[in-house]
Amino acid sequence: MSNNTDQKDAGNVTEIYQEFETWSVNLGEKTIHAKRIPGFFRNLKYITGSLWIIFFIGPFLRWNGKQAILFDIGNRQFHFFNITVLPQDIWMLSLLLLLLAMTLFAVTSVASRVFCGYFCFQTVWTDLFTWIEEKIEGKPPQRVKLDKAPWSFTKVRLKLFKHSLWLMIAVLTGISFSSWFVDSFDYWHNLLNFRLPMVGWVTLAMFTAGTYVLAGFLREQTCFWLCPYARIQGVMTDSQSIMPTYDVKRGDPPGKIRRDAGQAPDAQKSGDCIDCYQCVQVCPTGVDIREGQQLGCITCGLCLDACDSIMDKVGRPRGLIRYASLDEIEGKPVKKLHQHPRTLVYINIIVLALCGIIYGLTHLGALTLRVIPERQPLFITESDGSIENKYEFKVVNKTDKDMFVNVLAEDGVAGQIILGAEQPLLTHHGRGTSFTIFVKAPGANVKHEVTPIEFRIQSAEDPSVSAEYRSKFNGPKPD
Amino acid sequence: MSEKHDEVSGATTTGHVWDEDLADFTNQPPRWWMLGLAASAIWVVVYWLYYPSVPLPAANSYFKGVGNWSAIREMEADTGEVDAVRGKYENKLKDLTPAAILADNDLTEYVKRSGKVLFGDNCAGCHGTNGVGVKSKKDGLFAPVLNDDDWLYGGKISDIHTTITGGRQGMMVAHHDTLSEQQIDDVAKYVIALSEGRGDSEAAGKAVFMSSDCVGCHGADAKGMQAMGSANLTDKIWRFDGSLEGVKRTIAYGVNSGDPKARIAIMPNFKEAGKLSESDIKKLAVYVYKFGGGQAETPPAAVPAETAAPAKAAK
Repeated sequence: MSNNTDQKDAGNVTEIYQEFETWSVNLGEKTIHAKRIPGFFRNLKYITGSLWIIFFIGPFLRWNGKQAILFDIGNRQFHFFNITVLPQDIWMLSLLLLLLAMTLFAVTSVASRVFCGYFCFQTVWTDLFTWIEEKIEGKPPQRVKLDKAPWSFTKVRLKLFKHSLWLMIAVLTGISFSSWFVDSFDYWHNLLNFRLPMVGWVTLAMFTAGTYVLAGFLREQTCFWLCPYARIQGVMTDSQSIMPTYDVKRGDPPGKIRRDAGQAPDAQKSGDCIDCYQCVQVCPTGVDIREGQQLGCITCGLCLDACDSIMDKVGRPRGLIRYASLDEIEGKPVKKLHQHPRTLVYINIIVLALCGIIYGLTHLGALTLRVIPERQPLFITESDGSIENKYEFKVVNKTDKDMFVNVLAEDGVAGQIILGAEQPLLTHHGRGTSFTIFVKAPGANVKHEVTPIEFRIQSAEDPSVSAEYRSKFNGPKPD
Repeated sequence: MSEKHDEVSGATTTGHVWDEDLADFTNQPPRWWMLGLAASAIWVVVYWLYYPSVPLPAANSYFKGVGNWSAIREMEADTGEVDAVRGKYENKLKDLTPAAILADNDLTEYVKRSGKVLFGDNCAGCHGTNGVGVKSKKDGLFAPVLNDDDWLYGGKISDIHTTITGGRQGMMVAHHDTLSEQQIDDVAKYVIALSEGRGDSEAAGKAVFMSSDCVGCHGADAKGMQAMGSANLTDKIWRFDGSLEGVKRTIAYGVNSGDPKARIAIMPNFKEAGKLSESDIKKLAVYVYKFGGGQAETPPAAVPAETAAPAKAAK
């Protein structure tokens, strides 16, 4: 660093090193105690964050005497109110994941990391944990003081209270998570009687520890260094996406406000930013938004509230930090949403995925049928010269009752008879049932080596509940 | 390591310099990394002590490990688990007749699945995979097809069980000494015509059939007798070979007649062979029955009452 002229000559490469010297990287050495300033975005975050109440009470919703939404892993079923989805219909899950991913992308390309700022469990839980911390230990300066103070009875009492509240929320989080996968009332019953299976205890312990550590201690470090979505969303934004942005043209250079300067335009040597650091103090991840959009910014908009309140006080217009695109800040023409082809592509994919899911859910059916023809032997010649084929029927009864079904066949060979289904056959509800069916046809009528045949099963009580499957009837090679 | 210092920062380096000014700092690895290393070292020691690890060639042995683990013991424990699952079915099978097993859907399903291996190991060699029969150009069908509804010795579950238990030996005398070549030709044509449903068109052959010893075993109606295993000659299924040459050979040289050209039809006695347990034989009987050709007991009351009845009543 001794020779400044040398460094200037070295050009761009050295500039990187110089920038690096002033670049602060948050590695979590210091706990961030963010201020809470009331405002529009603060309220918005309370509202969006409270959507997570669904996570806690959702498992207790009942529908027709069963849990309304249940990912029943043990029985390999997914219940959503009236709908039961079995593993056979799992293809819809891939569409759902596609839908969610594309929604994330589309929203991010329009309005940047909305998910991070307002909906993500990490930021919402952290917000809740720090809210509790503020209620118990006081505002940020008091918290810093308390952290530095030697251990005393008061400190132990406050810390113990805070950590037990945190742990309670963490345990409740673990319980609520588990309750989506097993009947919630059964779960509580087993929990209170210490009768959970091993996997239940492990899940609960992992979620409790995870919530406690991630929301209580790691906090913004998770967003900085653990979360892949922070990075993925970072690259989904472009100069057209709106995000909390510091209006650098209006604000720079920052300068302390001087009472004698008044409102005279010639006296305003500095920009509108008065360098009050309120935007940094309220930031839950501790970034300085004036350095531009950056990895640590979760776009929660809390700095907008802080800056606006200051601007009101000093009598300057609001919006020094505001939701704006880079194009707008740099004075480039602002494009409309329909001029953003990437977003349109995302929306198209969303619509397609949605159509697929709607199609899937409306065509679930009550029965599915698969028919596997016997391959060795393909057919049997009986003593009277008739030809017999053997089929393995795999039936999935998706209703909630056992059902008796009749077996019918269309096409096939003239004079064929179905053996093995003289009485209606029992299919167990919620799982697969298989049975063997024979089809026998007079040898003289079997004209082809392969004759198409369509099987149909229909409920003995309600013939409209049915399923079809096309298969083949095999015979000897014609002479 | 000599004390070297970086010119710019003054930090200690290893002393190696690349590309004129690129040097390696002597920073400690992170604490968590060192802890991981120490833990791995401890793990290695524990692992070596717990499991068999050190060969002792002098004693022709090895260090057994404090955990006393061996692959065989682990395998035995695992097979125990499988046996426990099968046990509840196998215990039931022991006390039931094959007919009673057939009456129980769960047991039948179990037998259909577990019988596959038994059949493959013991039966498929002659009867073919899934009982489709094994054919050769020279000798025709080696052992009967088990899928169809034609049974030499009966297709009821008890018949099949008896067949597997005691084995079967076909018998048909050679006729090349008692019948002339012309007579053999005639009667062969008659038998083929019978199978095609136009028996009366072969009057010459019919005359030979009726006047010779054919009727003794196959009966005047040529439908055979299951009690002695003589074939039904009026159906479309041939035990050996349905071509004219094939039928003539069967008539001329017989089955198991001792003649070198005779047809061979021997099913071993599986009970005496001792390889299969009682349960295995029952399973195989049900398995074969379920190929599709099995014939119901008529009337149903003929199910041996003393053993099958309690099982039925329990259902």
